[in-house]
Amino acid sequence: MRDVAVVSYVCSTTAREAVHNETEMIVPVLHEAVEKSGIPSKEIGFVCSGSLDYLQGGPFAFVSGLDAVGAWPPVRESHVEMDAAWALYEAWVAIQTGEIDSALIYGFGKSSPGDLHEIMALQLDPYYLLPLWPSMVDMAALQASAFLAANGSTEDDLAEVAARSQRNAQQNPNAVRKGNVSAADVLKQPVTHQPLRDADIFPITDGSAAIVLAAGDLARKVSKRPAWIRGIEHRIEAHSLGVRDLTHSESTRAAGVAAGVAQGRVDVAELHAQFSHEELILAEALGLDAANTKINPSGGALAANAVMSAGLARIGEVAQRITNGDADRGVAHATSGPCLQQNMVVVLEGE
Amino acid sequence: MTDVFTAHHVIEYPGGYTRSVGPVIGRFLTGLRDAKLLAVKLADGRVLVPPTEYDPTTSAEVAADGDHWIEVGPKGTVQAFTWVAEPRAGKHGLDKPFAFALIRPDGADTALLHAVDCGSADGIRIGSRVAPRWRAERTGTITDIEAFVPLGDGEEPEPATLHVPAEDEQPVTGINVPIRLEYELTAGVATSRYLKGLGEGKIIGGRAPSSDDVYAASRGTDPKSGEPTSIEVEVQDTGVITTFCVVNVPGLSDLAPEIPYVSAQILLDGANNCFFGLIRGISVDDVHMGQRVKAKWADELLPDHTSIQWFEPTGDPDADYELYKDYL
Amino acid sequence: MAGDRVAVVGVGQTVHRTARKDVSMAGLVREAAREALDDAGMTWSDIDAVVIGKAPDMFEGVAMPELYLADALGAVGKPMIRVHTAGSVGGSTSIVAAKLIAAGLHERVLTVAYEKQSESNATWGLSVPMPFAAPLVAGAGGFFAPLIRAYMYRSGAPRHIGHLVAVKDRLAALRNPKAHLHIPDIDLKMVEESFLLWDPLRYLDVCPSSDGAMAMVLGSEKVADASAGPVAWIHGMAMRSEPTMFARRDQVSPQAGKDCAKDVYAQAGITDPRNDFDTAEVYVPFSWYEPMWLENLGFCAEGDGWKLTEAGATGPDGDIPWNMSGGVLSSNPIGASGMVRFGEAAQQVRERSGDYQVELKTGRALGQAYGGGSQFFSMWVVGNKKP
Repeated sequence: MRDVAVVSYVCSTTAREAVHNETEMIVPVLHEAVEKSGIPSKEIGFVCSGSLDYLQGGPFAFVSGLDAVGAWPPVRESHVEMDAAWALYEAWVAIQTGEIDSALIYGFGKSSPGDLHEIMALQLDPYYLLPLWPSMVDMAALQASAFLAANGSTEDDLAEVAARSQRNAQQNPNAVRKGNVSAADVLKQPVTHQPLRDADIFPITDGSAAIVLAAGDLARKVSKRPAWIRGIEHRIEAHSLGVRDLTHSESTRAAGVAAGVAQGRVDVAELHAQFSHEELILAEALGLDAANTKINPSGGALAANAVMSAGLARIGEVAQRITNGDADRGVAHATSGPCLQQNMVVVLEGE
Repeated sequence: MTDVFTAHHVIEYPGGYTRSVGPVIGRFLTGLRDAKLLAVKLADGRVLVPPTEYDPTTSAEVAADGDHWIEVGPKGTVQAFTWVAEPRAGKHGLDKPFAFALIRPDGADTALLHAVDCGSADGIRIGSRVAPRWRAERTGTITDIEAFVPLGDGEEPEPATLHVPAEDEQPVTGINVPIRLEYELTAGVATSRYLKGLGEGKIIGGRAPSSDDVYAASRGTDPKSGEPTSIEVEVQDTGVITTFCVVNVPGLSDLAPEIPYVSAQILLDGANNCFFGLIRGISVDDVHMGQRVKAKWADELLPDHTSIQWFEPTGDPDADYELYKDYL
Repeated sequence: MAGDRVAVVGVGQTVHRTARKDVSMAGLVREAAREALDDAGMTWSDIDAVVIGKAPDMFEGVAMPELYLADALGAVGKPMIRVHTAGSVGGSTSIVAAKLIAAGLHERVLTVAYEKQSESNATWGLSVPMPFAAPLVAGAGGFFAPLIRAYMYRSGAPRHIGHLVAVKDRLAALRNPKAHLHIPDIDLKMVEESFLLWDPLRYLDVCPSSDGAMAMVLGSEKVADASAGPVAWIHGMAMRSEPTMFARRDQVSPQAGKDCAKDVYAQAGITDPRNDFDTAEVYVPFSWYEPMWLENLGFCAEGDGWKLTEAGATGPDGDIPWNMSGGVLSSNPIGASGMVRFGEAAQQVRERSGDYQVELKTGRALGQAYGGGSQFFSMWVVGNKKP
């Protein structure tokens, strides 16, 4: 395996981007990410993005996104209709083949123009599930219900997660929900999607994130402290909730084992938990505990969840803490699909 | 900063998606039409409902026929639930608050997701016993079950209205699924600037700070560099037809004129990109590459695409091919 | 080619039709995938990872369908990736899958691409009217027909050239039982008399709208060496993109296509494509794109593409047969069409093309796909010898 590192990360999120269209929204993020990387833009070997047509409300969201890249002369480029964490995976694979030494990865999307919770029902089985229109939050609440019943956790535990997220987010300029909030404050809120409260549910977020990856000597040349990818693995589960064990995340566990999470201390973890209970499920699947690991110091997806870039941002948040010297080794997680159907785990480390 | 335009936007495939379902889903849906919950016994003995064409663990084939097909339920047990306080009009089958639940029908090893009409959030818990309330008119879709309803101790479910098959009735082979999504979209800065210009009878373009190229109707960037086209430039409403086609297909757009008509790429004077426009005011046979044209503005100018109705020839001599050959 | 050796060890394809009303979406992709697994002598459990591709989700109204299809395609407990690069997606999906092996990560990868266009309607799906965007009053043909006119003007090609391709590819489809269009009495007169849609394109110059799926099992060198059947070695693969519109863009023969071809030829040691390939499967959705891509892909000098077509060079008896399967003009499940090109090229060098098999001389074939406004390109070179 070639050594590959995150050498640049930029993220920009807001509750509602009502002025710029998607292309205009990502321009500053891409340009800053490239500039921060120290690699001249025309020397970056590959470009890969993640976006979703159903957020934009029309086909080919990624095509107009390319107008922000400056793809002239023509570039090696690809796109996944997935969270951009998987675009990063595709780029990492391309670097492993030896074809290229660096890549620009970005993800973008606006959740505010449509009804995101309803739109995500289009991910569901088109014959048995979509005609019933369970929303993204309904699906998550079903999992939360099964998890609390089986695990012995309570709504108090969910509130602890939600409150810590908001407190951590106070340090994060990109957070769209933050505050000096206690679990007791959260528990005063009404339950909106039993057993979940608003604070247990990610806030609607527009935005984008970009990362530049570089291999070996190039990474060492452009970064004082590259965040090396020591393991990157992802797994998917069956689709129907009725055939899955909703109280555990087997795909996260398997990806974590394969990525080598347990082979060292984990100083920091950024988990793509869009709902409070998901953080508890994920932490258990990865063998993380709050006593030894700072979990979601950015506030995580409960603080800002720009769909299609939030998973990529988890990788960036961990990398940034390693590059800054705040952490030596960390774990990033990205998810896709209803109730944590598909999960990626990335282990990052400084030298 | 320019005010940005916003618009309501609906995505809806007219008439709904036509989904063919194949023999396995089709057999389950045919069962629903007959008010039966059908399931399949998988190779490892587990009973799967609703059935898929494959084992959800091994992906092995599940045959559409055979004695592995059994009837389960209709009574079942709630495994997980949530409360839907605000039903979505036009999406949800019930117009009052209800629960979504994972329900394991008796005799099955897996759960199916459906609505439970249980009055209030207190009317359901994990372990609740429920049974389907069948619609009287059933067509072979998952919504033939209007909702599940709670069962008291020893209570038996209401029987379904008998489905009387039409003489030529066939097993279910397809369903229709309407999907309607609504958005409030933002035009963005560059497009808003352009649209505002159209309302004033001007064609506004943009140039990037480090570029000589002017983009008429810029979408916000110089695509070659990715830089914002932040410098506003007015381009002319005259230009040259670089290439075109005669459209003979009726009904492509509500805005299309009667066929045949000409759709052309036009290099506007002062711009470095091609602009799409209709060519009228001339027989389609007389339209040609290099022809000089001018925008025909609407009598009433609005900040949208209706302001330029079409382009028509100016009568000026044709442009030299050398001048526009790089724009093809 | 960078990385470890990769080969196509199994290929499967559905029958393509206007509407495959006999199957669900899962049934459609499984029909292709099972055939590919059978061909490779494998079962679902042999597969390490799954890569799926298709064009816009709005065609079927299922967002990110890899989620719903995970267990249909044997991906449970495995990595799964969904690629979307517009019309080139079938090709780029194949390339993403191959790179998982070239990178040394996996031994056996299943890749699948599909479209079930009959769930809605391709014209609607490709041009959902968007506020603020200039209305598409002329449809997809209205975008490409002017570029064809520009090509004719530049090259001096006579008007009947496109029709020759329309006939050639439909005759080829008669030898391919899985092709969508079978028009037994197709001839020049029939094309010339077909309805004029977007001058110069007539009805029979344009591809159909199809339901269909394509699948391949890709294997490492170890897997390929142990394969019972013939394999197609990947000698080169490349992707290039450029923006839809920019100042002085050559829309007729885009630079991205030229660069992509140059890259893939360099990897495979191709110096004279017309002689170095036995055949090519190239994305020709409108008949005129054969001569245009002949030039863009360097099979001849600029301006000479139509002369090759006219001389019959690209026909079954020509020196460089193109689209022996019938091509996109005979079957067009959009998201799969690129992978059909890549897979048909592989079948030719495996000598598995049945009644439309070409005679192998160099043992190498080209697969090409493009999409968007002629801006996304993917290509691979396959051969019957280990590179």
